[in-house]
Amino acid sequence: MKELTCIVCPNGCRLEVEEKDGEWIVSGNQCKRGEQFAIEEMTHPMRTICSTVRTVFPEAPVLPVRVSVEIPKERIFDVMQEINKVMVREICGTGDPVIKNVLGLGADVIVTSSILKEE
Amino acid sequence: MKEYDVIIIGGGPAGLAAAISADKQGAKVLLIEREARLGGILKQCIHDGFGLVRFGEKLSGPEYVERFIHEFRERKIESELLTFVTEMKKADGSFMLTAVNRQGVQEYMAKALVLATGCRERTAKQVQIHGTRPAGVMTAGTAQHFVNLQGKMPAGRCVILGSGDIGLIMARRLTLEGARVLGVYEVKPEPSGLTRNIVQCLDDYQIPLHLSHTVTRVFGEGQLTAVEVAEVDEHMRPIESTKKKVACDSLILSVGLIPENEMAEKLGIRLDGHTKGPFCDNHFMTEITGTFSCGNALHVNDLVDYVSESGELAGAAAAKYAFDAVGVGSEARIKSEGNGSETGLKVEGNGDKFGKKAGECSGGSGRKNAELEIEVNSSLQYIVPQKLCLGSGEEMAVFYFRSRESVAKGTFVFTVDGKEVFTKKYRNLKPPEMERLELNLSLFQAAPGSRIEAAVRKEAGA
Repeated sequence: MKELTCIVCPNGCRLEVEEKDGEWIVSGNQCKRGEQFAIEEMTHPMRTICSTVRTVFPEAPVLPVRVSVEIPKERIFDVMQEINKVMVREICGTGDPVIKNVLGLGADVIVTSSILKEE
Repeated sequence: MKEYDVIIIGGGPAGLAAAISADKQGAKVLLIEREARLGGILKQCIHDGFGLVRFGEKLSGPEYVERFIHEFRERKIESELLTFVTEMKKADGSFMLTAVNRQGVQEYMAKALVLATGCRERTAKQVQIHGTRPAGVMTAGTAQHFVNLQGKMPAGRCVILGSGDIGLIMARRLTLEGARVLGVYEVKPEPSGLTRNIVQCLDDYQIPLHLSHTVTRVFGEGQLTAVEVAEVDEHMRPIESTKKKVACDSLILSVGLIPENEMAEKLGIRLDGHTKGPFCDNHFMTEITGTFSCGNALHVNDLVDYVSESGELAGAAAAKYAFDAVGVGSEARIKSEGNGSETGLKVEGNGDKFGKKAGECSGGSGRKNAELEIEVNSSLQYIVPQKLCLGSGEEMAVFYFRSRESVAKGTFVFTVDGKEVFTKKYRNLKPPEMERLELNLSLFQAAPGSRIEAAVRKEAGA
């Protein structure tokens, strides 16, 4: 049995998870997402990452970005390397991808601020 | 001089929500912000997790706040950016504000004020650290500004003092950007940030958390070269034999936030020693009638969703107050006897039935009702609002509270004159995690002079 703290929402439920006859038994969760989190955490932990990309615009030298869907935890630093290669040269805003399907992981790296579109 | 119904000071999430909400009520609103851009601290909070309560989505700080900025602009609400309020005065029921900006000295008048000034980080000078004054010692928010807004790295090898959420978030952020975070030192035996942040910001990156430890000294001329850390005893005094030196180029402080209330204090608003924010009633009105408080200026929140909520409630109440104040001639303006504060509100209908003693209050309804202070025992750090206006009948009120200690199983209890009027069971109450309640005030059934108490009762064996 393993104890986990759920990171899905601020409730931070204390979860207990164990494998029985090839099935994962999760307890302590207050919602369905907690169960999914616990099972993923035991099999293939996933995370969202947020960072910034550089721009050519002096009023906003960096622009916040995040991955559009979760990526495998062990690939975080690989994705960071890709994010750090980006230089934004055109005006873009919230939701616009700066990298599509990063490293083939099925996640886009998307902009999370429309600061460049402000007058 | 420009006149408004409601002036809001602060353009962060609380102020934006207050402005939108006051505008929805039909009030003429002005929002004053000292920075060049709206959004407050969320501009630099690029991590996700904002808006789960409100939107059911995990948004980054800029995404969350830009939704409000968008609505603010759609509604064509007036704002003054790069404008700093230097003086506030209450005269004849109205507020006179003096501010400076690039056009010079400005004066504004408002019937109601919403103070949405947010909070400030405690600095190195507010915690006991000896030694030199080298560069490289900064608050977590300053480090966040460098990395997330300026794109500059302020740290290579760093030590973090304090386990507040921003410190934990920055431990992860700096690690992602290539810094080596040597450890987070927390003087208390329990972390002060959210558990999920311990997990996803420290554990995920194998950053050690040293509880009951602190930084006692900094070394270095010009640039920080090392810090001295030590374990502390149960009285939080460093234990001499445990002192050791850790080589690092930066020390990042995440040692607490303090509501920013310099403006409130200028108006003579009484502050609660526990929240460090104003005493408020259930309309988020402070003890200076017509002045409302919300967001982190009222009390430090851990979720922005509730910052926005208190902003909305304060903004709507301020608008209603301003409208009620309009119909009131100066002859209708009465002074309350006890504390001498002006109420500036008309007395209507049943409003007067509790008499005119100190502790009267006026809500959004414009009625003047008895006001009761909620007594908090040692099981709670605080409850906001601290006071209730009763007698206005069916009305919903939102409460925010924090437990003093971790409670595995417990019950939150409101009692009126010793009689339980509300109970709610909780699992895993923790001091860093604020709880919210929404209650119909009619359940209190309190009379003038009633004693309202709030407490968390631990369940036996828990």
